[in-house]
Amino acid sequence: MKYTEDHEWLSLDGDIVTVGITEYAATQLGDVVFVELPELETQVARGDEIVVIESVKAASDIVAPLDGEIVEINAALVENPALVNDDPTGAAWFFKIKIEDDAALDEFMDEDEYKEHIGE
Amino acid sequence: MAEDATAPLLTALPLAGLHAELGAKCVPFAGWSMPVQYPKGVMAEHLWTRAHAGLFDVSHMGQLRLPKSALEGLEALIPADLLDLPEGRQRYGVFTNDQGGVLDDLMVAHRAGDVVLVVNAARHAHDLAHLRAHIAGVEAVSDRALLALQGPEAAAALSALVPGVAAMRFMDVAVMRWQGADLWISRSGYTGEDGFEISVPLAQAEVFARALLADARVAPIGLGARDSLRLEAGLPLYGQEMDAAITPVEAGQAWSIGRARRAGGLRAGGFPGAAIILEQLAHGAPRRRVGLRPDGRAPMRAAVALFAEAVGGDAIGTITSGGFGPSLGGPIALGLIAANTPTDATLYGELRGKRLALQQVPLPFVSTGYKR
Repeated sequence: MKYTEDHEWLSLDGDIVTVGITEYAATQLGDVVFVELPELETQVARGDEIVVIESVKAASDIVAPLDGEIVEINAALVENPALVNDDPTGAAWFFKIKIEDDAALDEFMDEDEYKEHIGE
Repeated sequence: MAEDATAPLLTALPLAGLHAELGAKCVPFAGWSMPVQYPKGVMAEHLWTRAHAGLFDVSHMGQLRLPKSALEGLEALIPADLLDLPEGRQRYGVFTNDQGGVLDDLMVAHRAGDVVLVVNAARHAHDLAHLRAHIAGVEAVSDRALLALQGPEAAAALSALVPGVAAMRFMDVAVMRWQGADLWISRSGYTGEDGFEISVPLAQAEVFARALLADARVAPIGLGARDSLRLEAGLPLYGQEMDAAITPVEAGQAWSIGRARRAGGLRAGGFPGAAIILEQLAHGAPRRRVGLRPDGRAPMRAAVALFAEAVGGDAIGTITSGGFGPSLGGPIALGLIAANTPTDATLYGELRGKRLALQQVPLPFVSTGYKR
């Protein structure tokens, strides 16, 4: 598992990266009440705001961590946004992105580095 | 740490230590460091208040004390019937400006020996100067905390400590003794629920709050749930539903303008902006407040533009407050729209480049529990 400074977790399987948000991020957001996912088969560029996530308190975005194509989205989150709080690193993954080059993941933090990043 | 030197200084609540102990997450609000939520989270705190009793620290709000003779002077600033406000009662009002806009909203309590006002934190300094320019003997109460206990079990929980509150009705005010302290109590609040607002001397504030929290029916509630609770109750927030360019008539607060202050009343007019406000009462205002429920799940928050058509056309208004209503399980909003919009028309909010439908609904969104 790799982590971004935007509190996303990335899990690589072949050339497919599954993306979600960390438990820390879910706790900071509070109760999630709305999730809007990207459309399938769209090409996204790193930094694109592709997910809208709203808690009772505020709206925020999740950005594409890498260039690639959206190949799967987790529609269960649209029906049950609270999953993001219940199981952020498991059932509440957001999307899967097909990447060209898995070396792009190298720059992201590993678990120890991420823990240090959030001050744990 | 150069950043710290330029950061705005936040005032700590008198009960800051207790909030920290309770695990509060604090945010800056109107110059104060305020608990926005406790470990339960906004959703659970909201629902707890609707089912049991929530304790809010609202000590950031301004408490002002005036001589009884000030009621007449207050009528020159507020279009409410204050001279007929009986002793032991409190009334809602707004300070208006010459354009009929609202400078702040407030509570006016007529007590045995004085008049007590509660004003918004962000407008405290303004209101103090505004009052002092017109009325003598205005005193800022700086030695008291202000707590609110709200919810269907609030009366039972508070009467366990202060039995006299059980006999109070909605908007009654009284002074009651608790462990040697004078509590200034009103049966009122900002959640739509039955409840009380309690002004406590600073020296006893923490022990009093702890005594309430020791009751299993009572949980601490932050600013986040305070906002979602008031939104569901259709209660306006100064700076959002009302400001210097929005009249009380437009904001849906015309009910607070007493009959005596209206055209043909015993003391008609005589407040800033009276000509405009009385004209709006007689012939309608250009805009009106509206309760809205988005068709979809996406919350639409303040500043979202509202349209009468799904495509094209000019904006007919804006959302003034919006978010998720935990008791309704869906998004809700308050808006200010052109008054000539048909009351059954579907409206469209422009969110992230898309127009999403909303329906106009009666306010409040939830039924209220006031003990009248």
